[in-house]
Amino acid sequence: MSISADVVKSMNNRPAEERILDFLEVEQGLSEESAVLEALRCMGCPRPRCKSGCPVNIDIPAFINEIAQNNFRNAARLLKKENMLPAICGRVCPQENQCEGLCILGIKSKPVRIGALERFVADWERENGVETPDVAPSTGKNVAVVGSGPAGITAASELARAGHSVTIFESLHKAGGVMSYGIPEFRLPKEIVNAEIDQVLSLGVDLKLNHIVGRSITSEELLAYDAVFIGTGAGLPYFMGIEGENLNGVYSANEFLTRVNLMHANVFPEYDTPVIQGSSVAVVGGGNVAMDSARVAKRMGAKVYLIYRRREEDLPAREAEAANAIEEGIEFICCANPTKILGGPAVSGIECVRMNMCELDESGRPCPVPVEGEEGKFTLNVDVVIEAIGQGPNPLLASLIPGLKRGKKGNIIVDENGRTSIHHVFAGGDIATGAATVIEAMGTAKKAAQSINEMLK
Amino acid sequence: MAYTIKKATEIADKIFEVWIDAPHVAHNACAGQFVVIRTDESGERIPLTISATDGDLVRIVFMAVGKTTTQLSDLVSGDTIQDIAGPLGQPSEVKRWGRCVVIGGGVGIACLPILARELKAIGNEVIGIIGARNETLLLLEDELSAACDELVICTDDGSKGFHGFPADILKQKLEEKTIDAVWIIGPAIMMKITSIATLPKKVKTFVSLNPIMVDGTGMCGSCRVTIGGETKFACVDGPEFDAHLVDWDGLMQRQRIYPEQERQSLELYHEHKCRCGEKHE
Ligand SMILES: Cc1cc2nc3c(=O)[nH]c(=O)nc-3n(C[C@H](O)[C@H](O)[C@H](O)COP(=O)(O)OP(=O)(O)OC[C@H]3O[C@@H](n4cnc5c(N)ncnc54)[C@H](O)[C@@H]3O)c2cc1C
Ligand SMILES: Cc1cc2nc3c(=O)[nH]c(=O)nc-3n(C[C@H](O)[C@H](O)[C@H](O)COP(=O)(O)OP(=O)(O)OC[C@H]3O[C@@H](n4cnc5c(N)ncnc54)[C@H](O)[C@@H]3O)c2cc1C
Ligand code: FES
Repeated sequence: MSISADVVKSMNNRPAEERILDFLEVEQGLSEESAVLEALRCMGCPRPRCKSGCPVNIDIPAFINEIAQNNFRNAARLLKKENMLPAICGRVCPQENQCEGLCILGIKSKPVRIGALERFVADWERENGVETPDVAPSTGKNVAVVGSGPAGITAASELARAGHSVTIFESLHKAGGVMSYGIPEFRLPKEIVNAEIDQVLSLGVDLKLNHIVGRSITSEELLAYDAVFIGTGAGLPYFMGIEGENLNGVYSANEFLTRVNLMHANVFPEYDTPVIQGSSVAVVGGGNVAMDSARVAKRMGAKVYLIYRRREEDLPAREAEAANAIEEGIEFICCANPTKILGGPAVSGIECVRMNMCELDESGRPCPVPVEGEEGKFTLNVDVVIEAIGQGPNPLLASLIPGLKRGKKGNIIVDENGRTSIHHVFAGGDIATGAATVIEAMGTAKKAAQSINEMLK
Repeated sequence: MAYTIKKATEIADKIFEVWIDAPHVAHNACAGQFVVIRTDESGERIPLTISATDGDLVRIVFMAVGKTTTQLSDLVSGDTIQDIAGPLGQPSEVKRWGRCVVIGGGVGIACLPILARELKAIGNEVIGIIGARNETLLLLEDELSAACDELVICTDDGSKGFHGFPADILKQKLEEKTIDAVWIIGPAIMMKITSIATLPKKVKTFVSLNPIMVDGTGMCGSCRVTIGGETKFACVDGPEFDAHLVDWDGLMQRQRIYPEQERQSLELYHEHKCRCGEKHE
């Protein structure tokens, strides 16, 4: 097996057999003592490499130094100067590719656990009284923010702190974007998402839920604001396009996760929204979204297969997430691809073909080619299929604003300042970059908000 | 944020009309669009067509069939619901067609007034045909006879108006005069059968599809339908589509994903109501 068990050991996880029975958080935070000890490992490099790996430019050595000195309050202030969602980022950022990946200690041994420290400080502040950052005097300018995912929330906080009057429009009944409807409770408790969003709202930001921009608010009404930030995300689910895909029991990962995370279908009938409780579930895909879907299905009591077309070492998911899934008993079937979903009207199985790995393709990974003939085929008996093969930019709003330039895949085109083809309209997050990460969404949103602040001076 | 019910009336057997104070929906709503509502914190998101607007108010008309619609039917003026989002979906293709026929079956009749008025306002001649199983299930007759140039009423059992189906009247009209566009809104099976009538003369025919939805904004794919062999999301690409391209059997199959859960949910609601005593009576 190529997913290393070490990744899991280095985390502070509840035992797998216990955690698969509930939706409570898997990874446990650091205690004060262990946080201080971990912080003391930081060498305080004069030219810190970690900082350059942070999309929102947190002064990492400085906040860690405060922890080492037992000054948790100061550490929180330093963090929140650059990042208003530290408890979220501490939990879901792929630190191994960012700050921690660059930590000098990582060359010879383990990098400083920057993510765990960030989470520790944020959790400490939440328990010991949250400080609201200062807000500049009112500028009298009105800015509209579309979407309340990490991009929209970050833009709103930057803009509000600069003294603008900010209104966020969100089409769903809850703020947070993917952090609320996509990422499951056991990785990111909703209580934490709500608390961090509330902090941004306490800067005086007006949040209007159930408002679909382009519909409830027309594009003319939107463009009448002094400036606009669009952070509508990459919420359009792709389907494989194979036979049987519309059978009852086939879900996009977005639908499955929304039903459970946002609508609480896991506790039906206490909540009204249903979801099919599969006894045997096939998840198709190998990214973080696939891992989340598989782990949710597992917690609902199913036997879960994860079908991925390349090799285990090619899995695009974070190594830690894949390792967690394996530990929880998800069966990985790599080098295989579904060809047909069986059943009618309900799903009864999924037919797959094994894949041979051939020469490298343009992504530098071996190209999967189906094994021909009967020997390549196999069938799994499942009653639910979840497709987690990717999402595209949310097309609704972008298509309703005349003159807004979009790329081939439907993403909004922006320049290096986050500005779109319309002078006072900016965009950031997944709608501009394509599906990425929470912190990248925040980074691009912060940049765009700074450009807006500059423009409105 | 909660939204206030301004008026709630039973207008036909188990069919209710509710006006909700929701300026963000009312101000920009067009024919063919819908709202998604959630009654309370533990509620499901369900789609309902915008039947009319008046200033800040939005009217929905629904039949109490399951948990959420039954719960909605128990609300009275002054009560609130947790969420109403909209307007959602593409507006109807309202343009100068010439002569239009708008057909409503059962609770689908509720979708016609806003459509008929918009069509007529820009100079179309509008013929309305409405049908229900029997007289007690008919609705909005007065409003529709005012909104249409001509209104024909049908009942399956002959208890009022023409004894037969809207499809019979439609066929008759198609023989008598040129018809330029037809809308058929009602249960899937009724839309499927009625739209066969316009096939021979290839009259442009719209139907409003009602698959199970979750977000209603194009982010989940629950509402996917097959139109001319292509997958479309009814909530953002529709809900109105060319009737002659719809895969009806696929639609009807996907409307029946959760029969057991729906039954359980409704039963629980009734039980709960008994235990708490009728709140509003
Ligand atoms: C299951 C899953 C797990 C993930 N796990 C991780 C992880 O562990 N770590 C990580 O860093 N990243 C993860 N990601 C990716 C990350 O969540 C996204 O990159 C990030 O949320 C993008 O932020 P955003 O603000 O651009 O968009 P979103 O979070 O998608 O938010 C967009 C918001 O805009 C709203 N909206 C859309 N259109 C309109 C409109 N017309 N009017 C009003 N509102 C509108 C939407 O309802 C939504 O709330 C995951 C993604 C998924 C799906
Ligand atoms: C675009 C659109 C417009 C609609 N307009 C109207 C309307 O104006 N008046 C009206 O009475 N009905 C309308 N419907 C149907 C209405 O949404 C369902 O009757 C309602 O969701 C039933 O909810 P329930 O909890 O009362 O019943 P349930 O017991 O949950 O379900 C009864 C039936 O309703 C359907 N249904 C259940 N949940 C959903 C859901 N989340 N989304 C869609 N359908 C569902 C199912 O096919 C089911 O068999 C519309 C549906 C769509 C998609
Ligand atoms: S209801 Fe979710 S995409 Fe249409």
